[in-house]
Amino acid sequence: MDAEAVVSEDSCPDKKRRVHGMLKLYYGLNEEGKAEEEEAQSLDPCDINGPHFDPEHFLNKLRRECSLAELMDQETCMVKQIRSLDSDMQTLVYENYNKFISATDTIRKMKNDFKKMEDEMDCLSANMSAITDFSARISGTLQDQHAQITKLSGVHTLLRKLQFLFELPARLNKCLEMQAYAQAVRSHRLARCVLQQYSHLPSFKGIQDDCHAIMDKLALELRQKFRDGGSSAKDLSECVELLLQLDEPAEELCDKFLSHARSRLESDLQGLEAEIRPYPSASAVKDASVRGLSSPASTGSPAASSPKASAIFSPSSNTDILEFIDRGCNEFVSSLCLVITSYQELFVSHAQTGELASKNIPEMANAKLHAFVDDLAARYFSLVERRIQEEKGVGDNSLLVRALDRFHRRLQAVTKLLPGSSVPSKGTEIVIRAATERVKQYLAALQSFYMDSLTDVRQALATPRLSVASASVGGGGGPSGRDGPNSLPELLSSLSASILNQIKSVLASVHLFTAKDITFSNKPYFKGEFCSQGVRESLVVSFIKFICQSSRQFCESSGDKGGSTPPALLLLLSRLCLDYETSTISYILTLTDEQFLVQHHSPVTPVTTLCTEAREAAQKLLNHYVKVQGLIISQMLRKSVETRDWVNTIEPRNVRAVMKRVVEDTTSIDVQVGLLYEEGVRKAHSSDSSKRTFSVYSSSRQQVRYAASYTPSVPMDTNLLSNIHKLFSERIDIFSSVEFNKVSVLTGIIKISLKTFLECVRLRTFGRYGLQQIQVDCHYLQMYLWRFVSDENLVHFLLDEIVGSSAHRCLDPAPMEQSVIEVICERG
Amino acid sequence: MEDDAPVIYGLEFQARALTAQTAETDAIRFLVGTQSLKFDNQIHIIDFDDENNIINKNVLLHQAGEIWHIGASPADKAVLTTCYNKTSDSRVVSCAAVWRMPCDWETGSNDSPDDSAHNPQTLELLCHLDDSPHGNAACVLWEPMGDGKRVISLADNHALLWDLHESSTQAKVSSTATLEGKGQLKFTSGKWSPHHNCSQLATANDTAIRGWDLRTMSQIYCIENAHGQLVRDLDFNPNRQYYLSSCGDDCKVKFWDVRNVQEPVKTLEEHSHWVWSVRYNHSHDQLVLTASSDSRLILSNMVSISSEPFGHLVDDEELSEGEDNHQEDKSKEPLKDSVVSTYEEHEDSVYAAEWSSADPWLFASLSYDGRLVINRVPPCPQVPHPALRNDTSVHM
Repeated sequence: MDAEAVVSEDSCPDKKRRVHGMLKLYYGLNEEGKAEEEEAQSLDPCDINGPHFDPEHFLNKLRRECSLAELMDQETCMVKQIRSLDSDMQTLVYENYNKFISATDTIRKMKNDFKKMEDEMDCLSANMSAITDFSARISGTLQDQHAQITKLSGVHTLLRKLQFLFELPARLNKCLEMQAYAQAVRSHRLARCVLQQYSHLPSFKGIQDDCHAIMDKLALELRQKFRDGGSSAKDLSECVELLLQLDEPAEELCDKFLSHARSRLESDLQGLEAEIRPYPSASAVKDASVRGLSSPASTGSPAASSPKASAIFSPSSNTDILEFIDRGCNEFVSSLCLVITSYQELFVSHAQTGELASKNIPEMANAKLHAFVDDLAARYFSLVERRIQEEKGVGDNSLLVRALDRFHRRLQAVTKLLPGSSVPSKGTEIVIRAATERVKQYLAALQSFYMDSLTDVRQALATPRLSVASASVGGGGGPSGRDGPNSLPELLSSLSASILNQIKSVLASVHLFTAKDITFSNKPYFKGEFCSQGVRESLVVSFIKFICQSSRQFCESSGDKGGSTPPALLLLLSRLCLDYETSTISYILTLTDEQFLVQHHSPVTPVTTLCTEAREAAQKLLNHYVKVQGLIISQMLRKSVETRDWVNTIEPRNVRAVMKRVVEDTTSIDVQVGLLYEEGVRKAHSSDSSKRTFSVYSSSRQQVRYAASYTPSVPMDTNLLSNIHKLFSERIDIFSSVEFNKVSVLTGIIKISLKTFLECVRLRTFGRYGLQQIQVDCHYLQMYLWRFVSDENLVHFLLDEIVGSSAHRCLDPAPMEQSVIEVICERG
Repeated sequence: MEDDAPVIYGLEFQARALTAQTAETDAIRFLVGTQSLKFDNQIHIIDFDDENNIINKNVLLHQAGEIWHIGASPADKAVLTTCYNKTSDSRVVSCAAVWRMPCDWETGSNDSPDDSAHNPQTLELLCHLDDSPHGNAACVLWEPMGDGKRVISLADNHALLWDLHESSTQAKVSSTATLEGKGQLKFTSGKWSPHHNCSQLATANDTAIRGWDLRTMSQIYCIENAHGQLVRDLDFNPNRQYYLSSCGDDCKVKFWDVRNVQEPVKTLEEHSHWVWSVRYNHSHDQLVLTASSDSRLILSNMVSISSEPFGHLVDDEELSEGEDNHQEDKSKEPLKDSVVSTYEEHEDSVYAAEWSSADPWLFASLSYDGRLVINRVPPCPQVPHPALRNDTSVHM
């Protein structure tokens, strides 16, 4: 391949590329990368296809680098390539040449054809000008006749009009006779302007006067008809339409129309009112009869004197709310809608198109309509609200919800008809009020249910308590009252379950308000506030708070009156509150949140707060239980100490009956608490439960201790001893908070009882045998009470104090032999 | 200058009876009566030296029997009454008597206090309030701020008004009131009201509090079930004539307006066992002291029902002291009731607590084991400023 060929081939794509490049630039295509690539590729001077091919350099390179055989190969290869290129080029040249020849032929042929066409066009234009000439001539000849015809036809119409005018009075009269008012008005309207215009001509004037007279009569008749009001809404609207066309003042018509509609709607309202009336009138009648004013006229209510009067005392005769709302919707709301539609058609939409629009009639009419609707709707609403307020029974909520739904749904029609009206929003407000009212009623119902179940529990407790007590007395502290059908755990579980069920059913009832198919459930109130504030806060949370609060009231009210609440109830409620704290509250709230998908926009009471409250209530109840039970035992001990003459008593032979009673009561309390509360922990060394009776070990230890504490005859020493004891023991809080377990509760009760015993002993003076009796009693208590408490040292300490104090208050402190005491106590 | 640590004095006998020496307005002095069945009972005269924080004691013998209640004459420093138990022939009788301290008890003690302990002087009996036909005496009340001529004794279900004649050597019952009702009714405690010209008395029996008009000896009001259990003590607010406080076995302290006896005005539940004594501070009636068998003494600040519900009214001259300015700011807002302090120095039940009649900031409490503790109101923002102490004590 020689250099020339390379260059020629080279320059051609070069130019092409430049053109391409410009095009690409024009179309905003970026070619940078490609160009670079090409440049790198084509910079090589040895590239035979590259633009920078240097034949000299190429040859030199070949010569330098290749062997002879390779050179030969190269050469033959190159020659072959050149040949094939040459033949290709030849083919191309031939092909292009042929195409060029045929193109030249075509052009020549086209030239001939155009010439022929030009001739035909010239001919066409000549013909057209001839046609124009002819047509001008024809119209020139026809001109006169045309003018005459036009004139004639004008005269004809005028004549017809005149004839119409002259005939008008007769026609109107005829229409009037036939009551075809619409036609009469139409005719009159057509003639009116002309008559007005030509009224200075006597003949026209006569016609006009006639027409006026007739039309006045017509208007009178129309008005009469309008006033009569007996006609249907359609007739009425027709009337109005015609009167409007007769230039009657629109405002007056609006008023009339509305007042007419009002009378009908009011009759609907009265019908509704009559249905609610029975309640108030019933009470009025009752009042009247109670006061002896039995004249039925004085009540003044038509319902009372109606045939229904006999039935009005039974609430069932009252239609249910759904029926009521249905009736309200079907009668009042639908007629209201009808009125609105026809009114709007007459005064608003109609007027907007007609000439009346200019007189601001639509605005005026709209304003009137709004006032009218608002007024009537307000009365309707007040009726509905009164009716809703009568729905006090919380049994079936679905009826109310359905009624409200229907009420709300039907009001939507008003929204559509009267876009700017406040009626629907007021209706929604009523629904909301009804819903909140309902929630309140449910809360009240829940509360009364709770109080009722408490009363039931109280009654249940009152009956089997005797059997429990007797069982435990008979068994000497062993058996429990578990077999009774009304045992505490069962009562607790049934109470708890029934409350929970009640809550659930109430939640289900309330849930109806937010059901999907209820129209108002998608209002923002029912989605948000109703769920969180209404249901969660005012219903569930309030109820839980009520439980806690009423529980606390049990502690406060009964405290002074000496335990009007049975202690078992306190215990049971305490357990209930504790259960609420541990699980029930969170369960109920989770349930609520799930059912109502509460999105808390406003802050709500957290579960922890309620739990704390419940726990506090439980604690308070349990403390109060301890206090009450402690008080009962204390009172026995106090009476027994106060009423006895301790100076002149006989030598003790028995444990006093009151002590046995104390032990028995404590045992039955132990059983009672054990039914609801866990055992709790004791100090390690006293958990030796084999010591059912006072063990030898314990008694012998006791002996040593007692011996140490009373042998000294000088009271100072016991004082010293007990003081030393106090120094090393912790201060005992008598009325302190207890833990939620049996041992702690019993410890509390025993503490209170023994402390009372101590204080009472200190107020008395003892003789020798008085002291000994106290010794016996204390030993007996020691034998039985230790096992109930968490730390038996506490019992020891308090009993020591009692014996010590009585020794102190003894005129002749000669303590009894420990062995004798034991014998007496063992004997029972 | 003042050490606020409590001062403790130990008696060797058990004791329940404590009173301030009412007629004494200079020295801080308390009288304690002991209870012992075996030894001669004593009346300890406890003098507290405010400056040096030490106690001086004098002992007088009260040989008649163990003392259950003690009352000091408001007019004569040396005269006092006691209720005591006398045992004779294995019978225990409660009596009441008026006594006079020997005139030289003070001089003797100052010379050799040890000596007086060994050879104590004996109280001089002025007269018996001999009410044996009416039953056992529970307490004797002096007419508050009176001339020391009139006392009331409560015995079983009778309240007896005595006139003392001939420098208290003769006592004559001038009128009586009897509590009538079912069962064995018994007065447990009482208080002579300092208001209404000293014509009213309040008594406690069981759970009820009754008010009596002394001119007619008839009941004027009755608070049934004032406490859940026994009412242990009463006290009148020294500045508000209708206000009365009570305490009892239900661990509560209640404040009453006797014009409306249905509900207490306030209730305190700070103690964990029976409350045996309640005392208003004589000059700052918001300070209330209660003693309980839970071995505690509690000082409460009942501002809301005091005669100064907005704190102490600061005088102009006190304002100039600068230090009081912030005090005045605080006094504008109503203060809240609170417990000022709980005292736990006692190991046994505290049956009595009394304010000093000389220093309104001092009080004594007595527990059954014979421990007398003298304490001082701590300086704290809720009570009148300690800087006013000197003023008020002068006013007293």
